[in-house]
Amino acid sequence: MSAGNLFVLGATHHTAPLAVRERLSLDAAATELLRDELSRIAGLKEFTVLSTCNRVEFYGVGESAAVASEVQRAFCARQGVAPHEFEQFRLSLAGPHALQHLLEVTAGLDSQMLGETEIFGQVKEAYGAAQARGHTGAVLNRVFQKAFQAAKHVRTNTAITEGQVSVANVAVELAVNIFGSLAQARILLLGAGEIGEKTARAFQSRGAATLSVTSRRLESAMELANSLGAFALPFWLTPVKLTDFDIVVCATAAPDTVVSLAAVQAAMRKRPARPLFFIDLALPRDVDPGVADLENVFLYNLDDLAKIADDNRAAREAEIGKCRELLNVRTQALWRQIEPRLQGGAGESAMGAQTESA
Amino acid sequence: MFAGLTDRSWLWLAAECYFAGLFLGTFFLLRGRRAGRGINTVIAAGYVLQVIGLYVRGRAVGGCPLGNTFEILQFTAWSAITLYFFVGVTFRLSLLGYFTSTLAAALTLVSLAIPAWDANRRDHIFGGNSWIELHAALALFSYGVFALLALTSCMFLLRNYSLKTKHPGGAFTFLPSIIDLDTISVRLLVAGVSIMTVSLAVGAAYWVRDTSTVNLTKLYITIAVWAAYVVMLALRTRGVLIAKRFSWAGVLLFAAALLSLWPVDASRHSSELNSPTRVVPR
Repeated sequence: MSAGNLFVLGATHHTAPLAVRERLSLDAAATELLRDELSRIAGLKEFTVLSTCNRVEFYGVGESAAVASEVQRAFCARQGVAPHEFEQFRLSLAGPHALQHLLEVTAGLDSQMLGETEIFGQVKEAYGAAQARGHTGAVLNRVFQKAFQAAKHVRTNTAITEGQVSVANVAVELAVNIFGSLAQARILLLGAGEIGEKTARAFQSRGAATLSVTSRRLESAMELANSLGAFALPFWLTPVKLTDFDIVVCATAAPDTVVSLAAVQAAMRKRPARPLFFIDLALPRDVDPGVADLENVFLYNLDDLAKIADDNRAAREAEIGKCRELLNVRTQALWRQIEPRLQGGAGESAMGAQTESA
Repeated sequence: MFAGLTDRSWLWLAAECYFAGLFLGTFFLLRGRRAGRGINTVIAAGYVLQVIGLYVRGRAVGGCPLGNTFEILQFTAWSAITLYFFVGVTFRLSLLGYFTSTLAAALTLVSLAIPAWDANRRDHIFGGNSWIELHAALALFSYGVFALLALTSCMFLLRNYSLKTKHPGGAFTFLPSIIDLDTISVRLLVAGVSIMTVSLAVGAAYWVRDTSTVNLTKLYITIAVWAAYVVMLALRTRGVLIAKRFSWAGVLLFAAALLSLWPVDASRHSSELNSPTRVVPR
């Protein structure tokens, strides 16, 4: 058998634009149906379907290189996409290149948000689903287990996951630097816009317990508060209530300053020892820049957060070479282990029984 | 002597361990990593060696070894490390081990590097009275607490600087949060003031019986140090001395307290020209 027996086929954010990925994306039901169809392909010994918002990939072990074409045909037929159209955006790798790709995907090197760790869980889930259905065998079991180990190794030994790279997560990380645990931090969201909501949700995902929303239109505040499981606060109360909050996320469309220096000074007089953190995401800015000079008050605007996110992204990018080197060593070692198995037809046990029964 | 080594040899080994902690911490920080257990292991090794060294010295002098500047600095470093084991384990403040080993290395290495500080020591400084010995040990232990307070204050200043200047990355990533550092600093201040107050109360109870034994320079300086920390605590409680100012006060007061040991020691020597001193037994 040739090295083409281990393959990866699909489309990712590197190969296909969003509009195409939308057409190619698989929901849970479609994935299940496709799995059934793939399990009936003669010569496809093992396979795993990985479907996320940024990629649809099929990892397979086939008896011949032509099996990958069969997988492509089944996928295109299910999605209603012409094969020649799919081929324009297709990712197709075989042998050690497919192996290296899986290791890079699992380690977050291939992600749109470089170094993100969510993909690790998604790969694990995809592998778990395939394993539970008996779609994996000696080759893919080993390959995926080694990919998880390699991803953990890269995360531990490089800075690829360090520092947040989205504005919302940078804001949350800064809050953690100030308050430690966010479980006791009281958060006020000023404005009911999308960016504020996104940041509020990021805070909630990190364990922030108390969240209040205020907006010039109380109905908007109440609506967002309901969807966030938060409290709504009349806008005019903001200066008075500032004392009660630790983190203030400002994202209004107000043309002038909403939080004045005097209001913050008054609030800090009542709580001098407790820090107050302003995240000003608004343009024009909501918070008087003068508050940054006050003791125990921290102010970050959109530019500050974006700069930190950019710096972190650059730091992660600087680690790519090191990560690839580490993964390449593991790919070579793993390939040496699985190549004899592929040549010996070790993958046949996984799918053989199902193919026969089908 | 213990296991064929003199007390100073044991204390040299301890100092080298603390220095190894400093070296290890710096090495990992420069590589953007946490030192983790490695630094705690060398600190623990240094602590054990220092305990042996102080024990040998204590056996030789027949009491708590607080008879000269060398012994006082060694005891202060030992107190800080002792406290670190409680504070570090309880609050899991990252980098505190690094800062503590740095301070301990500085105090112990400097004290060992200046032989004159250990050439002579006052004999029978506690007059055989265990209460006076307790007073002295508690006073020095409170210095250890204030040393740790100075370290957490330094860490607060660094964290505050990184957040105010909007450079929270790099080595600053490993610092604990503002709130954690402030909380532990306040607790250390309360603990230090409490221990020193008890120490002064014990000392006062005996000194009032015979005021001629009181070295006035030492008395004034000790009371000044205690009063300064009490004022610091009072101002913190009232919300006047907070954040950066509070931390600067913690650092500067400890520096002043440490420097005050020299005039105290000098005054002892001058007042004891006629009293017995002896070469330190090893």
